[in-house]
Formats: sequence, C-alpha cells, structure tokens
Amino acid sequence: MTAKTSLMTAAPPPAAARAPEARTLVFCACALAVLALGAVLTQTIANPYVFFAAFIIVQQVALATGWNVLGGYAGYINFGATAFYGAGAYTGAFLLKAYGASIFLCLPAAALVGGGLGLLMGYMTLRVQGVYFAIATIALVVMMHTLVLNIDYLGGASGLALMPPEPPAWTGGQVQFVFLVMLGIAVLAVACARWIEISWVGRGFRALRASEEAAECAGVPTFRLKLSACAISGAILAMTGAPLVFYASFIEPETVFGLALALNAIAMPLIGGKKSWPGPIIGAVLLGSVQQAATITISSELNILLVGVVLIGFVAAAPDGILGLVDTLRKGRQ
Amino acid sequence: MSDPILLVENVEKSFGALRALGPISVSLKAGERLGVIGPNGSGKTTLINCLTGTLTPSAGEVWFLGRKVTDLAPHRRARMGLARSFQIPKPFTGMSVLENLLVPLDHLHDVADPRARAMEVLASVGLAGRAGHEAGGLTQLELRKLELARALAGRPKVLIADEAMAGLSDREIDDVLAILERLNESGVAVIMIEHIMHAVMRFSHRIICLETGRLIADGLPDAIANDPLVQKVYFGEQARH
Ligand SMILES: Nc1ncnc2c1ncn2[C@@H]1O[C@H](COP(=O)(O)OP(=O)(O)OP(=O)(O)O)[C@@H](O)[C@H]1O
Ligand SMILES: [Mg+2]
Repeated sequence: MTAKTSLMTAAPPPAAARAPEARTLVFCACALAVLALGAVLTQTIANPYVFFAAFIIVQQVALATGWNVLGGYAGYINFGATAFYGAGAYTGAFLLKAYGASIFLCLPAAALVGGGLGLLMGYMTLRVQGVYFAIATIALVVMMHTLVLNIDYLGGASGLALMPPEPPAWTGGQVQFVFLVMLGIAVLAVACARWIEISWVGRGFRALRASEEAAECAGVPTFRLKLSACAISGAILAMTGAPLVFYASFIEPETVFGLALALNAIAMPLIGGKKSWPGPIIGAVLLGSVQQAATITISSELNILLVGVVLIGFVAAAPDGILGLVDTLRKGRQ
Repeated sequence: MSDPILLVENVEKSFGALRALGPISVSLKAGERLGVIGPNGSGKTTLINCLTGTLTPSAGEVWFLGRKVTDLAPHRRARMGLARSFQIPKPFTGMSVLENLLVPLDHLHDVADPRARAMEVLASVGLAGRAGHEAGGLTQLELRKLELARALAGRPKVLIADEAMAGLSDREIDDVLAILERLNESGVAVIMIEHIMHAVMRFSHRIICLETGRLIADGLPDAIANDPLVQKVYFGEQARH
C-alpha cells in the first residue's frame, strides 16, 4: 500500500536547481565584505585586546572548518587536529628563526607540510576502520609532540621565543596584521569547504558516508577521495597554525599539541553541525566567544571540562548540531 | 555476439577456512540474460562480489570487455560499464533520489547533461515523481527501483541484479521484470540472481545453479527446471520452506 501512495504523491521539482552560480556570487561578495570589514576594524578600533581575542575566534573558525573536511564530510573523526596545527606552527617558527621568513612564505610552506602529513596519515590509516583510525590520529599527535621535544633548534620543551618581522605599516600593528592574515586563512578555508560541499567531491563524500561499498560500485574512487580529504584537512589545519608565532612571539609544545585545542577542533563542528560549512563557523564563534569570556574568570582545566560536557551533551542529544536542530524544528512545523 | 564480455575463470573465494565459492568458471555474452539460482549461502553474492571487485578472488581470473580486471578496483570496473544493484538496498541517504543518480554520472566524461540523463533514467523506472525526495524515505519497491536506476544511470554494458525483487508483491515483481526486459532489449546484458523461481525462469535465456560455491548446472531454463540435481538441492530446499 505504500507503493500506491508513492504513485499518487505529486512530484516537487528537484530542489537544487536554484541558480548555484548566483549563490556562489553572493558567497564571494560576502567573503570579500568580511575581509574588508576586518581591514576597516583594524583602522578604527584602537584597543589591541580586541584583536588578540578576535584572532583566537577567527583561528577557531579556520580550525573547525579544516577539521570538518575530514571529520564531517568524509566522516573520519580525527582526534589529532593538533598534530597538523602544531606541524604548521613549528613550520612557521622554523622558517622565521632560520630565515626571518615573512608570514606569507610560512603559510604555503605550512600547507605543504600539513598536506603531506595528511597524505601520509591517510595512506597508513584509512584502511583501518572506525576506532582504530581515531587511535592512529592520537598517536600522530604524540609522535609530533615527541619529535619537537627532541629538536633543540625548535626550543624543545621550554619553547621558542622569536621576534617576528615588522608588519606592513598600514595595518596599524603586529596583532592587527596577524588578525587580518588569520581572517584571510579562515575565509579561504570556508571557501574551500563550500566548494567541496557543492561540487562532485562533496557528493562523493556523502555517497561514501552512506555506503562505501555502494559508492565504490557506482564509480566513486573512495580511497582517493578520502586521501584527498586527509590532505586538504591537514593543509588547512597546518596553515591555521602557521601564524601563531607571529601572533604570540612565543611557541611551546604544551599549548600547540595540547588537549584543549584538539578537543575544540572536534567540539566546534559538532556543536554547529558537521554537514555543511556554516556549522563549524557557528560552533567556532559560539564556543570561541564563550571561552574568550571564560578564560578571564576560570582556569584552563575547567575550560576543558566545560567543552567536554557540552560535547557529550551534543553527541547524545543533537548529533547534527545546532543546524541539525534547526532543520528538525523546521520540518516538524511543516 | 559470440565472444563473452564477462568471463570468470577458475575463480575461488575463501573466508578463512570456509570456501564460499569455486573453483568456478562462467561466461556471459553481450546482450545475454543469465539467471543465477542456488540455495541460501551457496555463493551467489560472493560470485558477483568477485565480478564487481568488492572482493578479490583467492584464485582465478575475471575478464571484462576482453581485459583482465581481477585486480582492478570496483570503481574502475563500474566506469567500464559493469553495474550492480545490492541484495539489501544501499541508497545514498542524506541526498535526493536525483542526486543518487548524479553520483555515478559525476565520474563519467561522456555524459553531456547529467541531470537530464538522471531524470530520463528515473522516468524509465517510474521514479520521476520522487526525484526531489530524500532517498532514505522511500518505500521498499522504490528502494529496489532506485538501486536499478543508479546502476543504469551510466549506461552500463552489464547489469547484475542481486535479488532485485526480494520482498516485493507479485504486481511489483512484474513491474521490476518489465524494467529489466526493456533494459535488455536495449542491448544490456543482465545477470539476475533470484530466489523467485517463476521470475528467473520467465526472464532468463540461460540459468546456472550454484550449490556450496560450485556450479552444479548450466543450461536453458527448461533443462534447469527438470535437472534432477537442481531439483534435489534447490527445489527440495525450497519445498521445505
Ligand atoms: N564477508 C564474509 N565473511 C565470511 N563469510 C562470508 C562472507 N560473505 C559471505 N560469507 C559466507 O559465504 C557463503 C556464501 O555466501 P553468499 O552471500 O555468497 O550466499 P548467497 O548465495 O548470496 O546467499 P543468499 O541467497 O542468502 O543471498 C555463506 O556461507 C556466507 O556465510
Ligand atoms: Mg546473496
């Protein structure tokens, strides 16, 4: 009898047809507007603390978006975001120390290192399923951490203090400049994630998330797609780490490879929603702002506890995050 | 017309100590309708998994379009024109019915207008009205049709239908049979794995029967129906159900 209802139901037209080019134009305009707004703010707001805080929040957006390419689109939960973030941060620190390199050289270098590391990790671990993949990503953090601890040139456990080169005069100061760079990284990351989502690549990811076997038999090169997800995600995460030493003039393994950051990278997309690019932004802005406000009043251990509790709450009650909740509510009302 | 387009040579597949398949040799000609029957667990799905590449045979070779494909990844074989549907439907949930068909079309370069092609295929199986629906929300019959439509989107040369009619009513079976017949008339070779006897008998040009991974009969439907060995292992078992 179900078959009969299906024959009688009138056909709604395929939804996706509403001029994707037009939407992409709007997206590009918004992206440019965000960058322009950032530049205007650096000229108009005098208090540098604003940019110290804003840098962290924008960094969270880039981190969440980078993580989501592998964790959300491909469905492989990566507990080792800091392995890539740290690799990028130390690539930046190394290039700055050795060559006094500009941040604009450190970014592509970090992306290359992160992409390469992602490929390597993917190649070695993607064939193992589920929980073993997660364990392998944790192991990668431990390996990177240990590596840095044992390289004296990078300062080992006690960290590395470096003087970044003078920022361009028009930016108004180092922190304003680094904030703008981070904003550029975040916009680039989101644009990249959006492209994946609306293109055949994203469709391939959704197919393999539903059934890897069926996707493969439909002509989707599943292994190569997952490998690309590892590389793209790794490149974005590492690029996000690269400006750190320019921002703080100091870098140490404990923070860079720390639990707080790794946990945040997972929590933000989960809170916002893993399925589409606005999700990680929403999660990052929410969690990032709360944490910025909270770190003044509470300890960092308490902070981790807070994130943990929120994370468990969402996993249990709203696995598709805030966007998923909104979706359910909207459907319920119809 | 005489050269086989799909050829299995002495293929074996073991899972640990269990030999699920073979050694077995089977061939399929262009445009042929081949029925595959056999009791539960006789290795039918394992055979087609070896054909499509989901499983790598423990021994033996698989040839498709004159090329040795034994070690070729499933997605490469799919793009060459070897399509299958799954015994338990595996829709791409989280996307629309139309998008399900765009997935295979994304990876073919000779399709001018993928959306038009997808709609055409959906119409041919009677799913055009469902194009915009979430694939996870379909009925059993619609899921079966989606399996077929997704397999057909890229104009395959061979379609392997693994129990495409399981769980359907008699009228729905006729519906699916008609789709497969039309498809075959357009030149596509069809391998039909099926427990529903009257459907395989009516559809197939030739039938093979498996038992515990071995080929025990290969012939015209009438000959198979009257084969004492087949009656013993297959119909005997069916009768007990
Ligand atoms: N991945 C696997 N691992 C271990 N054993 C398997 C696997 N796949 C199939 N088998 C075993 O191989 C044998 C053949 O299974 P297969 O699924 O090919 O049978 P079938 O003829 O398709 O049966 P049915 O009519 O029930 O679909 C069975 O004994 C089954 O338990
Ligand atoms: Mg089977």
